[in-house]
Amino acid sequence: MEVEQIEIRNHLQQHPPFSVLSEDRVEQIARQVEIAYFRAGTQIVEDGQALHDLHYVRSGSVEIYRRSGEIHNRLGEGEIFGQLTLMTGKSARYSVRALEDTLVYFIPEALFRELLEEEEAFADFVEVENRTRLRQAASVRAEASEFATVRVGRLVRSAPVMVTESTRIRDAAATISEHGVSSLVIVADPAEKATGDAPMADLQGSPMIGIVTHEDLVTRVLACGLDHDRPVGEIMTPDPVSVDAGNFLFEALNLMLRHNIHYLPVMSRGELIGVIDLADVVGLETQNSLFVVRNIFIRDSVEELKELVPDMSASFVRMVNEDANSHMIGSAMSSIGRSFKQRLLELGEERFGAPPVPYCFLALGSMARDEQIMHSDQDNAMVLHDDYDPKRDGEYFKSLANFVCEGLAEVGYRYCKGGFMASNERWRQPLAAWKKDFSRWIQKPKPEALLHGAVFFDLDGVYGDTRMADELNAFSAEQASQAPRFLGCMARNAQNRTPPLGFFKDFVLEKSGRYAKTLNLKRRGTAPMVDVIRVHALASASQSQNSFRRLDDIVAAGFLTSGMAADLRDAMEFISIIRTRHQAFAIEAGRTPNNNIDPETLPNLERRSLKDAFTVLSNAQKFIKFRYRA
Amino acid sequence: MPSPIRSSSSSKAVPDWPALFGQLEAVARTPLLRQFYARGAVAGDTPLSQVRFVALDLETTGMNPDRNGIVSIGLVPFTLNRIQCAGSRYWLLKPRRALSAASIAIHGITHEALQRAPDLSEILGDLLDALAGRVAVVHYRGVERPFLRRAVRERLGDRLEFPVVDTMEIEARIHRGWKNTPLVRFLAGLVGRQPKSIRLAQSRDRYHLPLYGAHHALTDALASAELFQAQVAWRFSGDTPISEIWH
Repeated sequence: MEVEQIEIRNHLQQHPPFSVLSEDRVEQIARQVEIAYFRAGTQIVEDGQALHDLHYVRSGSVEIYRRSGEIHNRLGEGEIFGQLTLMTGKSARYSVRALEDTLVYFIPEALFRELLEEEEAFADFVEVENRTRLRQAASVRAEASEFATVRVGRLVRSAPVMVTESTRIRDAAATISEHGVSSLVIVADPAEKATGDAPMADLQGSPMIGIVTHEDLVTRVLACGLDHDRPVGEIMTPDPVSVDAGNFLFEALNLMLRHNIHYLPVMSRGELIGVIDLADVVGLETQNSLFVVRNIFIRDSVEELKELVPDMSASFVRMVNEDANSHMIGSAMSSIGRSFKQRLLELGEERFGAPPVPYCFLALGSMARDEQIMHSDQDNAMVLHDDYDPKRDGEYFKSLANFVCEGLAEVGYRYCKGGFMASNERWRQPLAAWKKDFSRWIQKPKPEALLHGAVFFDLDGVYGDTRMADELNAFSAEQASQAPRFLGCMARNAQNRTPPLGFFKDFVLEKSGRYAKTLNLKRRGTAPMVDVIRVHALASASQSQNSFRRLDDIVAAGFLTSGMAADLRDAMEFISIIRTRHQAFAIEAGRTPNNNIDPETLPNLERRSLKDAFTVLSNAQKFIKFRYRA
Repeated sequence: MPSPIRSSSSSKAVPDWPALFGQLEAVARTPLLRQFYARGAVAGDTPLSQVRFVALDLETTGMNPDRNGIVSIGLVPFTLNRIQCAGSRYWLLKPRRALSAASIAIHGITHEALQRAPDLSEILGDLLDALAGRVAVVHYRGVERPFLRRAVRERLGDRLEFPVVDTMEIEARIHRGWKNTPLVRFLAGLVGRQPKSIRLAQSRDRYHLPLYGAHHALTDALASAELFQAQVAWRFSGDTPISEIWH
């Protein structure tokens, strides 16, 4: 007769991470559990003890103490401890005491490992749980993970240590050790006599021309027996990749992974403010989406890239379940999308050879705004260097663009219905031709043309000579802010799609068809919100693409009060989160995600908040109508 | 904390279990029982921390071994450190004697299920294997050992004996100090009439052990194992010799 530990099974089943497991699996665990009773006040785990089980508090409560003696955590019924120790394979670095009379279930290590291996949801929970605990330990009450909400600038601890390029290597090394740093920023010699001895204060503000790390001193000097009196400029990495202080930490880590570098100079408004290293970043956390990104760059074919699609969905669902905010999710998904493009272009260049003239591959729309959710349409384009000769180079770029767009379709980015793709010859043209297009759109605006063309005002250079994308952005931002008729046109278009609210503030739902009794959170929510924010951004000559960053610029330029911007931000965030969550549920349930939600399925409070968010949008649309009269 | 409790004043003397097992091995009629006794009994001076226990629970059709039969058996091996669910066993059995409507209601076991169930003789080898070398822990020793004794005598014509710790008796010892007033006698009488599972739940509650569903042999066995661990944690110590509490 099959042994059923009913009481154990029933209890486990009600508590995460066991609640996510199948009944058979919980049954299996219940059969292998070991149990012990601990009187209040007795020790359950001693500091330094090797653990061989996951501990589950069946009843009572326990206190976890750090080595220092301070209380680290207090756990009650249905909570687990010991997972971190088991995962790291080390011994406990804390002690655990029964606060009340406590019954503990022990889940054997071998079974725990089996669950981590075979049950993804379980593994996710356990890992997240660790993070949650760590965060509690640090007494940081952040809504989502620090990694996604902390900006790079906050990691900069001190001004960069600089030396001139002609400084002798031995002096550079001395400077490194004197300042206790692990990297040096190299600047050009002052215009007058290059002595290499200029006091550092004089160098601040000089443009960076390179970077030297202590690893460089080992590999490029000691290992090669290079003369220590040579100038440090000879061993520097010239024009290093840098990161903006406003970027999130995971974006910095993306860059490091992408370029296989451990140091990143941090720029703020074009000025170098410091250097961060990998340890600063990963010291905080790791993030699932990064592993997808890293994986993308080691795949060698479209077929291999396709294998990563499930990982991408999983990382999306995971972020939603971790209560990440919409900006974090949007950025992570956009990073993944960008990485797919970059890798496809690398593969394309391997296949078709080096480009005959420089070019830049552009992301348009949601990816450019860092607001991508799961798979969306591919909106992209190509800027070619003005030396481009259609007869000579046309075939090359056509092949490359087709390769990338087809590859993107393979990994789940649908072809753009409007045809805004680099594979379309119209959107594959030299920089000068792009500028002409932008001038025409802005100076002689036609509402119909701009209705679909709005994607070109969310534009980001993804690969190649991205300075061309920056130039195009600067060009359009400057012209647009000076063109009231264009702004009026854009404002009118931004009112086309109204939020689904009736006269009495009730929801207006689709009446028939596949999506009857639902409302579309994208078409009637996030998309018009993005449109409204874009109009203000264009008026403010903002070069930011992300809606939240645009709001910062808009307030700085005085086009909205900070209160109005805060309302828009909250509304945007709320609708976005409802939408991402809706999609994550669909993915988890094995359905194709869509944007249509039945508001009746939302809890009361969320339904009310959704109405509030739509009201904010509605008011914002009325405001631009009045503010940007054509 | 209550002081450790001296051995019970139970009318019958507790046997010297290893010696008794030696004698029984010599006179056992069946190889099954001979092998069981050959695996020996724990010595009386063994500290509780060294004793291997097995929590045992029987669901029966009534309280009288002569008139009622065994419906199910659940057991869970354990030590003071750990209850080992992986070693749990549970058998549904076809009782020799009729199952009353009342006991069907209590156990939640149907006639159909019992018709398909094996006779005790088919699982006796496994049962003895699980008991061998261990001290059985039961809640109220008036059921498990007498019923099993009787069943083995009926089927094999052989004698079954094994050492038992009674968690209910341990609980009773604790309250003996105030047993003399009429009110306490009245209350004790009330408690005494309650079904065993309810009394088990009340005992567990004193140690803040969770409430379990009653009348499932395996759950009750597990409940007794946990209760015993709690009793030792509060009233005895790992150094207490087993002879102080066994029967």
